[in-house]
Amino acid sequence: MGKILEINGPLVKLQLPETVIGEQVRVGRIGLVGEVIGRDGDTALAQLYEDTSGLKPGEVAEGLGWPLSVELGPGLLNAIFDGVQRPLNAVREKSGDRMARGVSVPSLPRDRLWHFIPDPRRRNATQVDGGDTLGSVQETESIVHRILTPPLIHGELLDLAPEGDYTVEEVLGRVKLADGSIEKLRLFHRWPVRIPRPFKQRDHAVKPLITGQRILDTFYPLLKGGKAAIPGPFGAGKTMLQQQIARWCNAEIVIYVGCGERGNELTDVLEFMPELKDPHTGRPLMERTLLVANTSNMPVVAREASIYVGITLAEYFRDQGYDVVMVADSTSRWAEALREVAGRLGQMPVEEGYPAYLGSRLAAFYERAGRVETLSGDHGSVTLIGAVSPPGGDFSEPVTSHTKEIIQTFWALSKELADARHYPSVDWLESFSGYVPSAAKWWAENVDPGWEAARAQALDLLAASEELQRIVNLVGVEALSSEQRWTLEAAGLIKEGLLQQSATDEIDSYASPEKQFALLSALLEIFRHGMRLVKLGAPARRLIQMPLMAQARRWKSQHKSEDMDALKAKIARIPAEFESVAMDYEQPSSPIPAPRGEATTHAERRAAPRD
Amino acid sequence: MKNIEFRTAVSAQGGLLVMGGVAGVSAGSRVSLKDHAGNLRNGLVIRSSDDAVLVEVFEGTDDLDLERTWVRFLDEPFKLPVSRDILGRVFNGAGLPRDGRPPIISGDRRDVNGEPLNPAARAYPREFIQTGISAIDGMNSLTRGQKLPIFSGGGLPHNRVAAQIVRQAKLLGDASSEFVVVFAAFGTSHADARFFQESFEESGVINKVVMFLNLADEPVIERLLTPRAALTAAEYLAYDLDYHVLVVMTDMTAYAEALREVAVLRGDVPARKGYPGYLYSDLAEIYERAGRIKNRSGSITMIPVLSMPSDDITHPIPDLTGYITEGQIVLGRELFNQGVYPPVTVLPSLSRLMKDGVGKNFTREDHPHVASQLFASYAKALEVRGLAAIIGAEELSDSDRRYLEFAQGFERRFIGQGEDEDRSVYETLNLAWDLLSMLPPESLIRVSEDELAKYHKGSA
Ligand SMILES: Nc1ncnc2c1ncn2[C@@H]1O[C@H](COP(=O)(O)OP(=O)(O)OP(=O)(O)O)[C@@H](O)[C@H]1O
Ligand SMILES: [Mg+2]
Repeated sequence: MGKILEINGPLVKLQLPETVIGEQVRVGRIGLVGEVIGRDGDTALAQLYEDTSGLKPGEVAEGLGWPLSVELGPGLLNAIFDGVQRPLNAVREKSGDRMARGVSVPSLPRDRLWHFIPDPRRRNATQVDGGDTLGSVQETESIVHRILTPPLIHGELLDLAPEGDYTVEEVLGRVKLADGSIEKLRLFHRWPVRIPRPFKQRDHAVKPLITGQRILDTFYPLLKGGKAAIPGPFGAGKTMLQQQIARWCNAEIVIYVGCGERGNELTDVLEFMPELKDPHTGRPLMERTLLVANTSNMPVVAREASIYVGITLAEYFRDQGYDVVMVADSTSRWAEALREVAGRLGQMPVEEGYPAYLGSRLAAFYERAGRVETLSGDHGSVTLIGAVSPPGGDFSEPVTSHTKEIIQTFWALSKELADARHYPSVDWLESFSGYVPSAAKWWAENVDPGWEAARAQALDLLAASEELQRIVNLVGVEALSSEQRWTLEAAGLIKEGLLQQSATDEIDSYASPEKQFALLSALLEIFRHGMRLVKLGAPARRLIQMPLMAQARRWKSQHKSEDMDALKAKIARIPAEFESVAMDYEQPSSPIPAPRGEATTHAERRAAPRD
Repeated sequence: MKNIEFRTAVSAQGGLLVMGGVAGVSAGSRVSLKDHAGNLRNGLVIRSSDDAVLVEVFEGTDDLDLERTWVRFLDEPFKLPVSRDILGRVFNGAGLPRDGRPPIISGDRRDVNGEPLNPAARAYPREFIQTGISAIDGMNSLTRGQKLPIFSGGGLPHNRVAAQIVRQAKLLGDASSEFVVVFAAFGTSHADARFFQESFEESGVINKVVMFLNLADEPVIERLLTPRAALTAAEYLAYDLDYHVLVVMTDMTAYAEALREVAVLRGDVPARKGYPGYLYSDLAEIYERAGRIKNRSGSITMIPVLSMPSDDITHPIPDLTGYITEGQIVLGRELFNQGVYPPVTVLPSLSRLMKDGVGKNFTREDHPHVASQLFASYAKALEVRGLAAIIGAEELSDSDRRYLEFAQGFERRFIGQGEDEDRSVYETLNLAWDLLSMLPPESLIRVSEDELAKYHKGSA
């Protein structure tokens, strides 16, 4: 037993000999939990996961003998935990609407029975190794929870329980370890969150994570097992984009970590997830989702832990052979929690108050993403998507700039786009993806061989239009040639008809890869037809006024992904739409178009609308 | 310990007092301090060990005579006595009466720091509040339980806008949906406080208002307590008495500056512009107290006002606020100088809860699309205006000229309105269509074709 020497915000100095850094401690009469972050002789410095007010010097403190760990087993899905894996619904039952301090509730329900089916491979096995599947539990309708041998266990399997209903604490089997000791196996095991779970080896990520968001999938793809960041100023749409990914992506498990953000955003997820169906399995989305929530008004130290709790849960499902996506909103709040603790420890700040190890901590965290061959020879992946909240929206600040060096896919959100309510406000020039070649293979095999070329052409158009827009802003649109005006118009068409995709649009909230490609190629087809006519002398102004141009901008919101036939029928009429215009320019009898800026041609006059 | 007076002050500087020789003082405990003149001051223990206890003194430590300073540790956090009688009362920043009336006597005393709400206990806010202001209702609507700050600047009419919201706010089609108001002012002038007081009196709500005032010339550190005391009162009214509470707090910039002052004294590592790294978490403790709770009928809707230093929205105070609140109403100097009231700059304004509180079952089916279209068209119109400034309006195409007119009409007729003008949301939407009808229907692709046919005045 030790005692409290000093209380300073979330930090307490303890007299606690023989503790080690990282050990969990319980402190004070009300039993607040925390972890040791520094030692000096017989004294230890600990940070507590809960508010320290009311603690007094002299009160008791004890080391618990283990580092911050999570419970891994059935009962995780469908749940919401706080930053140190306390189940928030159970906490609420126990202590009411507010987070009372010192409440301890086990992470996984102790009284619930799970139907366990032993794995046939274990029937006559004498030897088990860490990561081997002992059996399975159907946790939700869509997810089979595989019960794994804890990673570091190797030995002789003495016995294993038969099929039946068990609580997580009942002993299912026993393993005799090399040193002769007996290890009991249960439906769950614990794992320390700051240590990555082991696997056999890293695999190449090969398949894109389909999110149903065109600017992501079609333009800046992410692979299953990849790492992505979403930086953007406040209100730009980071949370919405992450929620869209959590809803629609084709991962099997989604872990949503709300780290230092708003309480209502988690309520939002809790309310909509059970109502929405997974477009890939048809089951309620909540069945594959779990939430870790440390909101901005909850204690800072647990915020730092929440990210590690989330990633460990992700790795655990990866080890069962699943493709897992973890979204973290926001990694900046985690970094700030790190900064706060470093400040209190008196560590030298380097940039904007952050400690020197910020970059390496970030890198080590993102390194836990990846596609791997698991210990049991399966394949699973963890895809990591972190929101970044740069102060003042300035991407040169430390968290954004370090993150940018680590990740492969960068979805940069723009304030200008968000101000004009162009969502998702992903900036098509500043964003990048290092995964395009791998994604291209998948698109070529599964959707269309022309994907890569079409994507590149659209991006070229967007880049060209940016240049042209600069000219327009200086001297007006009249200074552009017809070809340039048409380019500008086509880029506008792509922005509005393709890139812009409202999360609140019932039809367009999710777009299948087929719909994405159909729209992309259709809009490019419009561009090409128009360009041909412009080259034949048709004035861009006339083309811009074709009803098709307004219609094509609406297609995305008129046809669901399941309704491809109707969309394709509209697309098939594109050539005909241009045909009527083409007649005026292709036939030898048609008048030679007048040069730009002079009297309008016959054709133009006929088409001229109200103005 | 509560009754022992210690006279063991070791040092005092800029609001922080170090006490020696007191063992076992609880962290966060309230401190009562009697100075040489016999005046009482309030403080809070921010660091405690058996060797030294660090106390933050709200009224400052400037003229303390250490030899003649008596300190009592009350062994409990700062608490506010609450009862029904707080309605109609005026308190100082620490919750003591400043209206000359007797203190609130109640056995129910609440820790002003509150406890964080369990995220699983929140109910998502969805009820549209009509403020009668088009720029808000039409494009950045307020929801019951939302925290929606007003970002303003020196000399801009944020007080008038806030007062107008307080006067006009109601739920659609529910006349009984009145709010009680908790008003907290810190670091504001006497004139500003009086403006609100008179405005509440004029509109006859004064008996449903609780005020907490810490004015510009009053103790700075007490400002750290003022919003917390006010929110404790609000929580009591909302969750014990089932009221819908509208909390107006001004000026959050003064609060953040007070926090910085104390942080510097404590030697905390600064993050940006000298503000401590925990400014975000500290502000969040305040703002996140807005909201709704499952199975409770009351609510807390929060309208904090803050002035952006040098009108800079990237300054840490508006920036961190924007990262916590559910949107922001931004007032702009340009519109103000053109005589537009309320000068709401709509593009950087945002209401994050609007998407779930307007539309078919809440206001009118076209509302979300109309709002989105107004944003898109106005953004485009501003581009055109920028272009016109360079090449001259005569050089613009016909279509661009229409945008120019649209911008003008939008600012004058839609954003601009009277300080007593209380527009229904339907009036606001109809006005929006009047303006959108200045633009060709084929350029309005954020509204549906059906909506165009129904509402666009130029559609045949
Ligand atoms: N994809 C989208 N579709 C429709 N609306 C969107 C989309 N993205 C953002 N929005 C709108 O923008 C608002 C702000 O988005 P969001 O809350 O995601 O911003 P954020 O970047 O997470 O901000 P913060 O950093 O403050 O948390 C949303 O409430 C919504 O109204
Ligand atoms: Mg967000």
